[in-house]
Amino acid sequence: MEYLNIVFQEIYKILFLLVPVLVSVAMIVWLDRRVWAFVQKRQGPNVVGPFGLLQSLADALKYIFKEIIIPSSSNKVIFILAPIVTMTLALVAWAVIPFSATQVLADINVGILYLFAVSSLGVYGIIMGGWASNSKYPFLGAIRSAAQMVSYEVSIGVIIINVLLCVGSLNLNDIVEAQKNLWFVIPLFPMFVIFFISALAETNRPPFDLPEAEAELVAGYQTEYSGMMYAMFWLGEYANILLMCAMGAILFLGGWMSPIEIYPFTLVPGAIWLILKILLLFVLFALVKAIVPRYRYDQLMRLGWKVFLPLSLTWVVMTASYLFYFNLLPTN
Amino acid sequence: MIAHSIFFYTFSIIAVISAIMVTVSKNTVHSVFFLILDFISISCLFIMIGAEFLGMIMLIVYVGAVAVLFLFVVMMLNVAQQKNQWFASQESSGHIPVGLIISTIIFFELIIVIGGWKYKPDLFDINNSLNTFNVSNTHALGQILYTDYIHVFQLSGMILLVAMIGAIVLTFRKREGVKKQSYLKQISRERSEGVQVLEVETNKGVKIDD
Repeated sequence: MEYLNIVFQEIYKILFLLVPVLVSVAMIVWLDRRVWAFVQKRQGPNVVGPFGLLQSLADALKYIFKEIIIPSSSNKVIFILAPIVTMTLALVAWAVIPFSATQVLADINVGILYLFAVSSLGVYGIIMGGWASNSKYPFLGAIRSAAQMVSYEVSIGVIIINVLLCVGSLNLNDIVEAQKNLWFVIPLFPMFVIFFISALAETNRPPFDLPEAEAELVAGYQTEYSGMMYAMFWLGEYANILLMCAMGAILFLGGWMSPIEIYPFTLVPGAIWLILKILLLFVLFALVKAIVPRYRYDQLMRLGWKVFLPLSLTWVVMTASYLFYFNLLPTN
Repeated sequence: MIAHSIFFYTFSIIAVISAIMVTVSKNTVHSVFFLILDFISISCLFIMIGAEFLGMIMLIVYVGAVAVLFLFVVMMLNVAQQKNQWFASQESSGHIPVGLIISTIIFFELIIVIGGWKYKPDLFDINNSLNTFNVSNTHALGQILYTDYIHVFQLSGMILLVAMIGAIVLTFRKREGVKKQSYLKQISRERSEGVQVLEVETNKGVKIDD
């Protein structure tokens, strides 16, 4: 009986985290389309509900009632598994995100490594979907995204090392606590910019959306998907984008810390600050989508390997030597 | 404790079965996906014995590397063709005796190594003292790796670097007649080089020299 109690408590906690994440994913799609529209002097979705807020709900309803078509020449098991993998991985990573000093589902020692590992697994959903479709465009999209996500993961990993050098711990709460006096976005500003651009590439957002470049590959790896399976890819993708924003907020913008440690600001719960920071980063993501043209494939690879990797590696050496010579290395 | 053993057996059974499926399955791409499953369940086992850093590194390094392996499989082997040729015909089974001999030798070598393994007497003390010093797994690993074993660590890094450069040298070939865009040329282009503004007279046209 005691066992069951613990299990139910955990399930309750997980649901309390996942349901808001899923709802906010739906809302974030609406926000994305609205920002995109306003940049282009359009209205965007504004019909369903107040300000069009229920647009995503209507879309979801439409996807649920559409027929799921499985191509006869596809590899059926992997074809069905692919969207499930994408969505599960995108949701599983939220377990370690701290919303305040105590509000975190799993406060593990290697939180940042866990986040990095899960986001690097995300490429498999795309590879599986592209390969199992047994069709040319999805396959080309999958190959492209495999190369792209592997390349940009390297620079994200090196940027994380920069932050870890200043913190001295892999725990996400420790990373947030270390920014009590100064957010890392100020001393590590170039790294923040590179992290932001790499996050765009990691989540296949424009201007790096080559895996699904509609002008060349129809819809890339999603070409053969329809109905609910397409919607799951789409949910997973946006959950991943939110996750990268959360990662940026925790690594550089002080996570759940309030920007100024003065009386009225400290009353606001940490979760609100974190959500505000995630939203700020997401609006930047949406703006980039609206104003930057798509990269050519060789330019993308060049940027990842010949610009970002050397730059972030040099910065690691600089940070390490600075901390070493001024005796600032965190010890515990 | 019961929950612990349930999880342990689940992960280990999945690990063993998927390891067998890597070698048994006829489709090479399926093998790749089973390999991923194997690595994931093994990293879960690592986390269960408290080696969370090793488990995560396992996920990042090995599972990440499998993505590249997948690309190699797709690039180098024609999966559909291979299914017909290698597995349907009986003639190519000449590899089996050689493979068997090699794998038996490796198997006995492993048995000899594991059987003759002697633990350092102070190993168990270190294991117990970890809790008393109150350092996390990652800290303890870093303290040993960068002090006592720094030379071995650097050497293994160098070996990996040599292997990487070797692989690049082997696969890199210069091909003739490939059209390439020079990045430097493209961004240093100016308007005056690309665009020519001419006054065109009506009914006469203009002659453009190429």
